[in-house]
Amino acid sequence: MELYIFDGSLEGLLTAVFECYQRKSRVVKLVSEIHHVPDVFDAGFRVDSDREKGKRVWKGLCRKLGKEWQLRFYKSFLSEQPEAFQHLLNFARYIIDQPTGAWENFAHPDVLAISQTSQKVHREKHRMEAFIRFQKTADDIYYAHIEPDFDVLPLLPDHFQNRYADQRWIIYDLKRKYGLYYDLEKTEEIELDSAPQMSIVNALPSDLLDSQEALYTLLWQDYFKSTNIQARKNMRLHVRHVPRRYWKYLSEKQDQF
Amino acid sequence: MYERIREKLGILADAAKYDVSCSSSGSNRKNENKGIGDAEGTGICHTYTEDGRCVSLLKILLTNHCIFDCAFCVSRRSNDIKRAAFSVEEVVELTMNFYRRNYIEGLFLSSGIFKNADYTMERLVRIVKKLRQEERFNGYIHLKTIPGASDELLREAGLYADRMSINLEMPTENGLKLLAPEKSHAEVKKPLKYIQNNITQFESEKALIKSVPKFVPAGQSTQIVVGATAESDKEIMHTANAFYQNFSLKRVYYSGYIPISNDARLPVIGSQPPLIRENRLYQADWLMRFYGFKVQEILNDLHPNLEADVDPKLSWALRNLDQFPVDINTADYFMILRVPGIGVASALKIVQARKFGRLYENHLRKLGIAFRKARHFIRFADSPMLLKEYEAGHIKGIILSESKSKYQANPNNQLSLF
Repeated sequence: MELYIFDGSLEGLLTAVFECYQRKSRVVKLVSEIHHVPDVFDAGFRVDSDREKGKRVWKGLCRKLGKEWQLRFYKSFLSEQPEAFQHLLNFARYIIDQPTGAWENFAHPDVLAISQTSQKVHREKHRMEAFIRFQKTADDIYYAHIEPDFDVLPLLPDHFQNRYADQRWIIYDLKRKYGLYYDLEKTEEIELDSAPQMSIVNALPSDLLDSQEALYTLLWQDYFKSTNIQARKNMRLHVRHVPRRYWKYLSEKQDQF
Repeated sequence: MYERIREKLGILADAAKYDVSCSSSGSNRKNENKGIGDAEGTGICHTYTEDGRCVSLLKILLTNHCIFDCAFCVSRRSNDIKRAAFSVEEVVELTMNFYRRNYIEGLFLSSGIFKNADYTMERLVRIVKKLRQEERFNGYIHLKTIPGASDELLREAGLYADRMSINLEMPTENGLKLLAPEKSHAEVKKPLKYIQNNITQFESEKALIKSVPKFVPAGQSTQIVVGATAESDKEIMHTANAFYQNFSLKRVYYSGYIPISNDARLPVIGSQPPLIRENRLYQADWLMRFYGFKVQEILNDLHPNLEADVDPKLSWALRNLDQFPVDINTADYFMILRVPGIGVASALKIVQARKFGRLYENHLRKLGIAFRKARHFIRFADSPMLLKEYEAGHIKGIILSESKSKYQANPNNQLSLF
């Protein structure tokens, strides 16, 4: 078995796939730099991220995979999980070596892993589309911050710019310290100098907010209570759908803190 | 100054919550005018109430004043409750401000009947028209059809709404007559048919001329109240099935009756709503819509009611053991779909994966099927030898003893009406 160490980027991962063929490696263990624990007996092979090599591998994969599986590959990468990198490398080699259609082999451990990991990331993306709560600021920007389990921000622009085409908005990932800003024309990645902390209350200081903001937060909290049917109360089901770790985002759950 | 609007929202959301539909999917309204909102594709549940129901739409009544006196309805004329009414502007403001903050997918607007049907429907239409035309709102709108409203108003409403619905309320005409003598199923069928015909007509015109506007793109739905009157599950599901077929409904909703009245014709206040029964009815509905079951297979004169302790798919399998075991490696997709413990997604994966080689137990377990339940009904590459054939009661006993029913934890929720 050979040890490959890469820089954690998608380009690096695709380059690693390229090197497997270049170096005629058989079984390869792929580790990203931050997860790598140096070993005196095995220095491993350092993968040098290379745009051209990465591109060639991605093109090769795209020839074999449909749009849906290309996206699953990318989503699995965004999971940032060490096991996922290994599965992605194996999966890419398997797809390249087999005739088209091999992604349907759900009995193959790497195919199944990519299918399941991408599903997890997809679910987190969908949760962000549901649980993000914008607050309108005094300068007419709708602001929300989040701390998603996976790096799902790159998956969000389409959804939010299609929907909120006529308002400026910011979605900021406090964990990964970058965000998306839509300026009515396009969505760009931004970094804030002093990002607010994820407080237990998902709120900007009130002096930054639009004068109507408090009213609508209140009305939404009222609505959340009024639309509940007490005789059907079922907290187990409630928590399954709205796991506690997301409550900090939700204006309607702020009375829980 | 907040108090008046807060009170109105409290009253009119409270009165609207017994309408259980919350779907926001199935439309195809894109944001093409650089306006606000996008109702294309799948729905989103933005939160869930403490009773575990999805909150996708702002669900409110325009008013809870009503000229009718339906015994099962909280807004009935004779009920001594606070009444309120929103203005057109108030509904528009609430919808837009909730939507812009990503609280909701859109609006579900219903109303008590004040003065007469047309007067009420006209107000509802005015609101949705303002949302679409003045606010350029492309989010989801579910609009209630008011029974007895004129064809012209329904047609106009259909141009702005994504979905329209009108409730059967009771599963049979007799049940409805008992609790709401002023209403009938006939007056529900008439507008359902009218809108269905218009949907078909708009679609066929759209095939020829691209600029034909949308008309109720997410289709129609209805709701049946369960447990207020004495109908069997068979009567309920056969009614639902007939409405799916005759009116091309997208959904039938089943709403376990929540006692809200001291009327002697109804379950007393404080008795448990029939939640298990409601859940089983939805499972039966899914079997009809996604699993290729005919309603007669699930409910018939021999089996007029769904079982409380096992789901309807398992119940069907136990009654039809002659159709099992199913060989995972060779059986037809539709037969795999009928195995208890295997859902649509797993069934698809199975028929894809077996092209590459025979499937063993460890594959099936990892694929995500409920193996402990399914194993009684399937054969796979390394199936153990069957020493004897078990009979239905025995298999049911094993499955029940191995699984923790979600209902056992809440014995209070047992059926208490019959």
